Amino acid sequence: MSEHLLSLMTFFPLLGMIVVLLIPRENDGLLKGLTLVFTLINFCISLPLAFDPVFKTSGGMHYGEFAQWISIGDYFQMNYNVGIDGISLWLVLLTTFIMPITVLSTWQAVEKNVKGFMALLLLLETAMLGAFISLDLFLFYVFWELMLIPMYFLIGIWGGAKRIYSAIKFFIYTAVGSLLMLVAIIFVYYFALKSGVPFDKGFSITHFYQLNIPAEYQLWLFLAFAFSFAIKVPMFPVHTWLPDAHTDAPTAGSVILAAILLKMGTYGYVRFAMPLFPDALQQCLPVLAFLAVVGIIYGALVAMVQEDVKRLVAYSSVSHLGFVMLGIFALNLQGMAGGMLQMINHGISTGALFLIVGFIYERRHTRLIAEFGGIAKQMPVFATIFMIVTFSSIGLPGTNGFIGEFMIMIGAFESELRWFTVFAATGVIFAAVYMLWMFQRVMFGELKNPANKELKDLNLREVVLMLPLLLFVFWIGVYPNTFLEKMNPALEQLISQIKGKQQVAAVEVVQPAQPEVD
Amino acid sequence: MQDYSLIWLIPFFPLVGSVINGLLGKKIKNEKVIGTIATGAIALSFVVSCMLFFRLLGDSQKVHEVIIASWMSAGKLQIDWGFLLDPLSGVMIMVVTGVGSLIHLYSNGYMHGEEGFYRYFSYLNLFCFSMLMLVLGNNALVMFVGWEGVGLCSYLLIGYYFEKKSAGDAAKKAFVVNRVGDFGFLIGLFTLFWALGEHGIWTVQFTKIAEHAHLLPAGGAVVTIVTLCFFLGATGKSAQIPLYTWLPDAMEGPTPVSALIHAATMVTAGVYMIGRMNGLFAMAPDTMMVVAIVGAATAIFAASIGLAQNDIKRVLAYSTVSQLGYMFLAMGVGAFSAGIFHLMTHAFFKACLFLGSGSVIHAMHHAYHHAHLHDDPQDMRNMGGLRKKMPITFLTFFVSTLAIAGIPGLSGFFSKDEILWWAFSSTRGGWILWLIGFAAAGMTAFYMFRLVFMTFFGEQRTDERAKDHVHESPFVITLPLIVLGLLALVGGWIGIPKALGGANHFEHFLAPVFEHTQEMFGIHSQHSLHAYEFPLMGASIGVALVGIFLAWLMYVKNPEAPKALVARFRWLYVAIFNKWFVDELYDGLFVNATKRLGRYCWKGFDLPIIDGIVNGAGWLVQGFSRALRFWQTGQIHGYAMTMVIGAVIIVAVYIV
Repeated sequence: MSEHLLSLMTFFPLLGMIVVLLIPRENDGLLKGLTLVFTLINFCISLPLAFDPVFKTSGGMHYGEFAQWISIGDYFQMNYNVGIDGISLWLVLLTTFIMPITVLSTWQAVEKNVKGFMALLLLLETAMLGAFISLDLFLFYVFWELMLIPMYFLIGIWGGAKRIYSAIKFFIYTAVGSLLMLVAIIFVYYFALKSGVPFDKGFSITHFYQLNIPAEYQLWLFLAFAFSFAIKVPMFPVHTWLPDAHTDAPTAGSVILAAILLKMGTYGYVRFAMPLFPDALQQCLPVLAFLAVVGIIYGALVAMVQEDVKRLVAYSSVSHLGFVMLGIFALNLQGMAGGMLQMINHGISTGALFLIVGFIYERRHTRLIAEFGGIAKQMPVFATIFMIVTFSSIGLPGTNGFIGEFMIMIGAFESELRWFTVFAATGVIFAAVYMLWMFQRVMFGELKNPANKELKDLNLREVVLMLPLLLFVFWIGVYPNTFLEKMNPALEQLISQIKGKQQVAAVEVVQPAQPEVD
Repeated sequence: MQDYSLIWLIPFFPLVGSVINGLLGKKIKNEKVIGTIATGAIALSFVVSCMLFFRLLGDSQKVHEVIIASWMSAGKLQIDWGFLLDPLSGVMIMVVTGVGSLIHLYSNGYMHGEEGFYRYFSYLNLFCFSMLMLVLGNNALVMFVGWEGVGLCSYLLIGYYFEKKSAGDAAKKAFVVNRVGDFGFLIGLFTLFWALGEHGIWTVQFTKIAEHAHLLPAGGAVVTIVTLCFFLGATGKSAQIPLYTWLPDAMEGPTPVSALIHAATMVTAGVYMIGRMNGLFAMAPDTMMVVAIVGAATAIFAASIGLAQNDIKRVLAYSTVSQLGYMFLAMGVGAFSAGIFHLMTHAFFKACLFLGSGSVIHAMHHAYHHAHLHDDPQDMRNMGGLRKKMPITFLTFFVSTLAIAGIPGLSGFFSKDEILWWAFSSTRGGWILWLIGFAAAGMTAFYMFRLVFMTFFGEQRTDERAKDHVHESPFVITLPLIVLGLLALVGGWIGIPKALGGANHFEHFLAPVFEHTQEMFGIHSQHSLHAYEFPLMGASIGVALVGIFLAWLMYVKNPEAPKALVARFRWLYVAIFNKWFVDELYDGLFVNATKRLGRYCWKGFDLPIIDGIVNGAGWLVQGFSRALRFWQTGQIHGYAMTMVIGAVIIVAVYIV
């Protein structure tokens, strides 16, 4: 069974979708229940991965599966080639972990066309997992595009006031980026064929990693990949789809978007853009790091003045993801491990924040900060959970957010990005400003608005779905080694790969300058 | 080799207490149970602390590290959960758990009947946990956990009355201003980690940093930057110029909180940190000078504001800022153990003063409550003559006032005088520093006695209807006052300087931490100046007496004098009363500017520019499509015509 574990995990939700589609649409409760069961079982299926000690010692790919998929003559071959290492491991687990929580959050929130909603959620899970485990670039691209469709409908059908605009904006933004990436993928494929990579290997990235792509090609290819992923992250200045998409997405959509879809962009950098084109990376590093730092500060500044809680959280994501990018660009173990950990952290904390926003939206049907105030008295349990999550987002030591940010910054500081780090660190101040200011206006003060006097505290379901998130807030904060020890070998391998090739390239550049002795 | 492995119990007990009360307090409801859990937890810590402290006293080896577990591990970055017990942290845990226990006890009475009783004690325990992590951490990151943890608890406790907008504002301000300091702490840590790493030492552990600090050039840019950054962190936590503004506002919290967090323990964290990294600071004379100057400047600046405040707690708040300034002055001139000594004596007398003021406020509040009045129970203009109504509170308060004013024989005298002496005579000191400290001492005596005279002497100015309802507080409140009052009286005797025939046990005890640094960098009080020791001591006693005399003159003998003085120096009074308008300045310079920048980024850039381009591209495509649609008429002859024209053009181009 373990040799097909990844496939089982990836396509089990698809099976769930088919089952869901077979059930008559009026059985709302059954549909939700079944979806929950499917996502829970899937989490259990994926769980053994977390306990596999192999990731502690080996940074390579594990649980590999391979099958030929599509062949067109002898000039086009794509394979079902999957596997995970310590980098994708935690993102896969984050996905299977978040899904049941997301489903549970729809219990009262989704009433319109439950069947469609659940089917799309399950389809989305398959697409996300597929993207994280793909080792074939084309396969990755298929899953990558497949993610767009369910999310587009989730926003467009179950979304808020400006849902159509937001959904289309989300779709077009992402699609434009991915088309460029597609061109680049095909280019790399033909370059690989020409360089002697066997035809039946398809778009295997492990083989692509070995290529020595000339620097002038690398730049354009890297830019195509980087642009596509930057939109997904999203990095400044291609972030403006995010606030709209978040604001109009249903809670479940926002949670998945923040917790997992955005990670697709950062993961794309780590898995594809950076190791495939190390020289171009080196060339673009200052610009990218600059954009990451601008994102941190800019996202925080704009978050500060938002009037809508959800939009505020969305902009805070721009800021947090800027940290992740900075850590990745540090190109050393501390920074990259911090970046990877911060991906998980952001998934947990921001996912939790969107759930929290969902709780009050379900009760009040507004998210305007000015509508609230003094809620803490009315909803003490909610207040406690909200506060913990807020401080996790601010990065208080003892919570997950701190570990990620700290490792990112200490890593970036000892890399070439020293000065960027100093500016990035101001984000630590701004985060406290915008989060605490929001928290104060929503939770503290006198309860003046009569509409808030009827608010009910969280019910058992809502508490239960928050508890696992809170558990990891503290777990990662106190003992991050559980996660670090399994990502370190894979990251070490990745770093030596990138740096090794950069050095090779440096030597190659030097060589022609020397007089040839014949 | 003694066994110190139980050290983790010290922070553990309050953590457990906090979790129990935080999760179950609402269900427990019973104040006695909640209070007992919380007070018991910190008392147990105190017991363990005493055990280990006395073990350390008798131990020949004075530095002990206990590693609990690995915390973060990624390549060169290896950080443990570990504790460090040496004389410095030993003194700190005694102060934190000792004063902490008393204040917990006091809170049982003070917070009686409060709706959030369990919440309060949960926070207070959590604070003690964080503070103990701060002082016991064996590396800079565990210290930082405590460092930010106390910031969190401070936030929670300042904002305890969260329904009051001013409380929420003050809480947020405290946290954010501290974060500015934390930014400095982090950058300092990063720089240090990297700079030592360049020499192959990747560590954040204090003992290792001390051991390898010599790898960095003394007086060089790196150590100066590192220490300045750490010092920025200290100015945040310990409320020094330029980041002191949050502390006076923090008085929005319940008074025992002010005593514990904003006087006795948390705000001294910055002083402790410098003490912990004394080796590094000593390597950077420029930073030391900055520390000394900022300390002295804060001491006199805050004291000046304290002269004119009418809120009893605000006077004490500015007094705290000012006294912390003394401690930094000490650290800056290399008088490390004097700074820590003053930290300890200040913890005694200032905790006593705050708790005393709490006792007064408590009594005033109840009196007003009884009489259904809404007067301000913290305004000293409504007090007066309370010494007869609240004799225990008065007596303990008076003793502590004598201590802070520097009256010989009391704890504050010894510690303050040692600081002033070092400021004058240290190889890193100077007579100007002494002069500033000297002047601030006079002001301290004045504003403290002004407070005492306004509160406890003269006619009672309380509203007639409430007047007779003012009573002495219950025993749980007065007991901590008595204990702290006694400590304020005798606590300094362990550090009587040799010049006065003492043995200065305190300095001797701390020697393992500081002596090495002082010897290495030649920091000592200069022998050539020893002739001045007694005259200077006399002078500072004199200035204290003058301050007291002036206060007596103005607030007992001739109560009309202040008004005349205010009328004479109107502008000065307005400036002092309004805290030199620093808050307004910061609001304009930083707060509003940042908000405006944020709004500009959003409304001036995000929406019009970026989204403008995105939407513009959308419009462009749509417009282009519309144009294309114009051509797709569906009429065959139109297409045929176009084809013909096209063909002609192609042929023409081909031929030509």
